[in-house]
Amino acid sequence: MEKKLRLVMVGNGMAGVRTLEELLKLAPDMYDITVYGAEPHPNYNRILLSPVLTGEQTLQDIVLNDVAWYESHGITLRMNCKVRRINRARRLVVGEDGSEAPYDRLLLATGSKPFILPVPGNDLDGVVTFRDIHDVNLMIEAAGRHRRAVVIGGGLLGLEAANGLAARGMEVSVVHLGASLLDRQLDPQAALLLQRSLEARGLAFHMRRQTQALLGNDSGRVRALRLDNGEEVPADLVVMAVGIRPDTGLAQDCGLYVNRGVVVSDTLQTYDPMIYAVGECVSHRGIAYGLVAPLFEQAKVAADHLARHGIGRYEGSVTSTKLKVTGIDVFSAGDFLGDEGTEAITLADPVGGVYKKLVLKEDQLVGACLYGDTADGAWYFRLIREGRRIDELRDQLMFGESAIGGDTGHAGENRAAGMADSAEVCGCNGVCKGAIVKAIREKGLFTVDEIKKHTKAASSCGSCAGLVEQILIGCVGGAADVKPKAQKPVCGCTDLTHGEVRKAIREHHLTTIPDAMRFMEWRTPDGCATCRPALNYYLLSTWPGEARDDSQSRLANERMHANIQKDGTYSVVPRMWGGVTNPSELRRIADVADKYAIPMVKVTGGQRIDLLGVKKEDLPKVWADLDMPSGHAYGKNLRTVKTCVGSEFCRFGTQDSTAMGIALEKDLAGMGSPHKVKLAVSGCPRNCAESGIKDIGVIAVDSGWELYVGGNGGIKTEVAQFFAKVKTAREVLEYCGAFLQLYREEAFYLERTVHYLARVGLEHAKARVVEDAANRAELYARLRFALSFESDPWRERRVAEPMAPEFQPLTV
Amino acid sequence: MPQAASCPWRSICNIDDIPVHGARVLRREGKEDVALFRTVDGQVYAVIDRCPHKGGPLSAGLVHGRSVACPLHGWVLDLESGQAQAPDEGSVRTLPVKVDGGAVYLALDED
Repeated sequence: MEKKLRLVMVGNGMAGVRTLEELLKLAPDMYDITVYGAEPHPNYNRILLSPVLTGEQTLQDIVLNDVAWYESHGITLRMNCKVRRINRARRLVVGEDGSEAPYDRLLLATGSKPFILPVPGNDLDGVVTFRDIHDVNLMIEAAGRHRRAVVIGGGLLGLEAANGLAARGMEVSVVHLGASLLDRQLDPQAALLLQRSLEARGLAFHMRRQTQALLGNDSGRVRALRLDNGEEVPADLVVMAVGIRPDTGLAQDCGLYVNRGVVVSDTLQTYDPMIYAVGECVSHRGIAYGLVAPLFEQAKVAADHLARHGIGRYEGSVTSTKLKVTGIDVFSAGDFLGDEGTEAITLADPVGGVYKKLVLKEDQLVGACLYGDTADGAWYFRLIREGRRIDELRDQLMFGESAIGGDTGHAGENRAAGMADSAEVCGCNGVCKGAIVKAIREKGLFTVDEIKKHTKAASSCGSCAGLVEQILIGCVGGAADVKPKAQKPVCGCTDLTHGEVRKAIREHHLTTIPDAMRFMEWRTPDGCATCRPALNYYLLSTWPGEARDDSQSRLANERMHANIQKDGTYSVVPRMWGGVTNPSELRRIADVADKYAIPMVKVTGGQRIDLLGVKKEDLPKVWADLDMPSGHAYGKNLRTVKTCVGSEFCRFGTQDSTAMGIALEKDLAGMGSPHKVKLAVSGCPRNCAESGIKDIGVIAVDSGWELYVGGNGGIKTEVAQFFAKVKTAREVLEYCGAFLQLYREEAFYLERTVHYLARVGLEHAKARVVEDAANRAELYARLRFALSFESDPWRERRVAEPMAPEFQPLTV
Repeated sequence: MPQAASCPWRSICNIDDIPVHGARVLRREGKEDVALFRTVDGQVYAVIDRCPHKGGPLSAGLVHGRSVACPLHGWVLDLESGQAQAPDEGSVRTLPVKVDGGAVYLALDED
């Protein structure tokens, strides 16, 4: 058996252990792992020390990986054991208990140390920092026996400490060097509101003051602080929260290059290629991060390289912060101060205690600072990270996500902060807010995906994903790992994003799933139920005629060409062009329903007839007896073109919308797409075919046809946006086809037109389809070429030919 | 391995009757259906064709690795152990299978 490599990790905190978790996912058997941790505890959630101090949570609640976790992964854990030195020449870590751990790879995750003010008396009893469980225990103990506390530092940690001590009944004052609190998180106006509400809770502030000395009593315990104006502030407990410094002592001693932090490359390697470093101890491109979210991103990249995948790069992070003081909501992200190149939109309601500032640069949101009402923090943060163009939202931006459009299915709730624990968040799976909060705390969750897996919330229709994200950010603040889809890997089988996968398939002419997986170094032999359907779509849409459809990489509906129902039966929807049928078709449908004892016949929202409850083995016979083409009501493809009766019958109709709809449907039938596509054609602006909420809506006017794109009537109602106005039916076909081809070529799998357009911008689509006639013609030609390979899937599988095995049961 | 006398191997089909990455359903009189799967490495597995979550037909699921994803709500079940992938909890009953000279045999319980 091949000998395992040895990995030693120094530091047992969140960044380091997260790296191990990521590594174990990628390469569970590659390393024998030894962990040194100076604290007598396993890895716990350091950002939740504040609620432990206030008494809202216990130490037990915030442990992320208990000792059993280390055991179950075969990790040698040396808790309560500092490291004496690292011997790089012999590749050896020496513990203070005399233990020696040789390594092939070393991971430094030593975190940071609180800065101790160099003032007389800083070593007195009763002078503590706020960094770990030991500090918290000291503070809790002091709060039980003493009365007056002074916190030095009005930053995030300092205010959380002050609030916690006040909650435990101490009289607390805060000494702050700057003119306003949280000067790295808030602008001066918001900071003033914060100071007032903390004063209303009984906290006292000494602003613009330095500490000159700490004065002790006869027994060596602190009794007061002397400020630079000579004033003496009585204190039985002094908490120093004046910042942190990367803990680089060990790295420096063993000769690694250190500049403020341990200097690492984009692959999280130090100057010694055997040694990686993550977390607060590192300096990456000159920045040492003190928040959790960037550390998790680093962990992913470091794990990728430790597992010898060698793909990921860490390129820095945009960060957001949240003050964890119950009842006071503060949120900031990005560049919230702004400069000459930016503009700001502000809303100030000092009496109501609300202040919001949004910083814009050109057409993008680059920073946000919220006080009092932070419900939209998650949404703003997403806009900042996605770099999304917000010119179209600008006049409503300040009023939050709820002003932009309505989610359905959770009683109109869109603000998680105000929701009661018993309020339902996920209407599909019946998950309430309390259950989500509990899972986040107990299981140590940091991503919406993890919450989906553990609670099922947001795992069906996904409309509550925004709410779930807000709840996550409310619980874990800046540690929440909230990434837009464009930046997320396709699934656990790869680190590549949808965009990168599409690009590789195009640029390297990949035409089969096994080739694509090999080339892109998939981690699993044959993918999973998330990536295989996506790859199959990308191959077919990129290389029509060359790539072969792999039906086993399609989900049940597309493989069976029918919609699977909860009892395992299927529903069958025959094609009715433009929603028009005739007596002969209706007779056949009625006969089929009788012959196969089909329990329900229903009219669909897309103007079709649905036969529900068909047994799998009856499908080929039902298709043969119907003698109608597949309605494709089950796939990621063109579904229906809904029409009104138009000028043929209607006294208001301006054009023959029915004939236009039929022509469009015949032009596009069989078109596979990233997600389902629905069209409608209305004969006048009364819009009886509901063109305003379709992927493409066509509305007849007297002088021609108006085209609208990106509408959606589903999970989140979205009104389609005006795209172009054309004169002839031929132009309608070409513009619609060209737009859909652009969507087919550029959208990510499972991205509806509305989300695709939100990502690339409506202007992008207009420039390629409306304004560039040559490009439009090419797009349309490529669509016609792709569609030339399509045929009716029901006709191919009818019972007359030998019945396809997937429909035929075996018997003993 | 079950005892030959009480639980004889029954010939079910040829291995090529089951598509790679696919499944076939074995229908039994008065008993639950069995789903037979063939994975990418040529192994054949048999489980009761009923997801422990909401009873979905696993035979219509997408097969990957040694697992199948249920077509109804995406639970992933290990075909060898029958266990649901964490954090979901539950399991589906598995049946012993052997492939001999291209023929697929199943040890059906005679209960």
